[in-house]
Amino acid sequence: MADVPSDAPEHCPGTSSDQAGKSSACQGCPNQNICASGAAKAPDPAIEEIRQKLTTVKHKILVLSGKGGVGKSTFSAHLSHALASDDSKEVALLDVDICGPSIPKIMGLEGEQVHQSGSGWSPVYVEDNLAVMSIGFLLSSPDDAVIWRGPKKNGMIKQFLRDVDWGEVDYLIVDTPPGTSDEHLSIVQYLSGAGIDGAVIITTPQVLGSPLLLHFAATITHEKKSSSQQKQFWEVSLQDVRKEIRFCKKVKIPIIGVIENMSGFVCPKCKNTSQIFPPTTGGAQRMCEELNLPLLGSVPLDPRIGRSCDEGKSFLTEVPDSPAAVAYQNIVQKIRDYCSSHTTSDNPV
Amino acid sequence: MLHSTLLCFILLYAVGILDVDLCGPSIPRMLRVGKPEVHQCDAGWVPVYADPQQQLAIMSIGFLLEDSDEAVIWRGPKKTALIGQFVSDVAWGELDVLLVDTPPGTSDEHLAVLENLRKHRVDGAVLVTTPQAVSTGDVRREITFCKKTAVKILGIVENMSGFVCPHCSECSNIFSKGGGEELAKLTGSVFLGSVPLDPLLAASLEEGQDFLQAFPDSSTYTAISQIANTLLSSLDA
Repeated sequence: MADVPSDAPEHCPGTSSDQAGKSSACQGCPNQNICASGAAKAPDPAIEEIRQKLTTVKHKILVLSGKGGVGKSTFSAHLSHALASDDSKEVALLDVDICGPSIPKIMGLEGEQVHQSGSGWSPVYVEDNLAVMSIGFLLSSPDDAVIWRGPKKNGMIKQFLRDVDWGEVDYLIVDTPPGTSDEHLSIVQYLSGAGIDGAVIITTPQVLGSPLLLHFAATITHEKKSSSQQKQFWEVSLQDVRKEIRFCKKVKIPIIGVIENMSGFVCPKCKNTSQIFPPTTGGAQRMCEELNLPLLGSVPLDPRIGRSCDEGKSFLTEVPDSPAAVAYQNIVQKIRDYCSSHTTSDNPV
Repeated sequence: MLHSTLLCFILLYAVGILDVDLCGPSIPRMLRVGKPEVHQCDAGWVPVYADPQQQLAIMSIGFLLEDSDEAVIWRGPKKTALIGQFVSDVAWGELDVLLVDTPPGTSDEHLAVLENLRKHRVDGAVLVTTPQAVSTGDVRREITFCKKTAVKILGIVENMSGFVCPHCSECSNIFSKGGGEELAKLTGSVFLGSVPLDPLLAASLEEGQDFLQAFPDSSTYTAISQIANTLLSSLDA
């Protein structure tokens, strides 16, 4: 049965939920007895359909982050561009940020529409070898909001995986919204047959703005903490990426590595480096050492990145000599190397 | 994250902060309240107070996790249920303002908050963006969300608006420029102000200066205070 049947009430918890058939929203639903008996929780047939559909996709990579605004979609887009710079490779970018689809804009594809054919939905091609799918292509106006609860978002993700005609693909990159919720669980669930090579987690050295908050808090509480207490506090700034790591371990997704974004800013005038988001206890590097995870790289802030994204261009081709572009290319190579040495059959989900 | 940074400057009022970013609860550590236990009283859960005078009350899932690195891997219905409890079962007491910090998006958390707060009247929403078009593009959808759910838009704040190099004072627009104000004009919303990235605080940290002295001079603090005052005037009106 569909996760949210078409005749389900508004607050349907989803047929695979623990609350299926039992929640107050289920009262009066024609499917209530089926759900309550557990019959609806049989493995979703879509998982096998998706497994078959994606046999032509060699590598599948998730891009995750704990918080918004760390540069995840920017990274997903440029990872795709970098992989597609090799003409012999076919790359696909799937945007499952249903409520905040940024990928069309970053890829310069705003206003594009999706077409249907006998073999399914056709993705939108940026280059001959770079295809993109996003709910953004199904919206008619940039003001359109997707105000959907979890079950409906899950249904869309299933369609993206099952009904898009991806064709032969070397790399499928999946850009996710921040957090560890419906979209993430659905992607993992629906790809449980097809397999996921691994996940890349994006973070910043520190939670944005928190130095200010800490000082403000100190003002209110009139406390001066000792420097070791302060350092302990700083460490928890990477809490959100630790949560993503826990998520990956819980759902058994291998972690390809962590990327530290916005790591230092080089002033275009005087060329001095400033730490806008100071990693006072060694930032992501220390955390990766502690958790025995690869730090794939640190990417400095470059105002030209934001500009390229706003214009829908790849800054890897616009400003290839930027330290940020160089950092990106090094990170991409590590991801290529990881994929070459792993096959999905090594990592059944 | 942007919202969290900007919501906490109303010093003279009794303020409650409800953190409904269940997957990424930043408020507890941002306000340095650590991991106190949440107790129950006759009137419900007692919020955690950030200050001895109990001017700033907080509720967040962050306080309910045994292990703060624990991931909250919940689907929508479970998130909706907890948010309902946060609104109805917390003994907030007498508050001048209840701020609700939300995750990005227009989904379960946002709908749950509104459904539960409806009976208590929602004054409106503050929308936070960075100057970049990619960010304002997302906030246009938040504006549509507010219109569809009949939530008044109190205004738009542009965060990370410029960075002044502490070495040479050159101002760099790291995340582009002017997007917040343009968005406000485009959508007929009030532009509340811009908040710069402040190098003074980062520098004072690195140099081990007394930040309590540097703090009032911070351009970020000035900007946020002005925004807070504008907001309060519009709420009083």
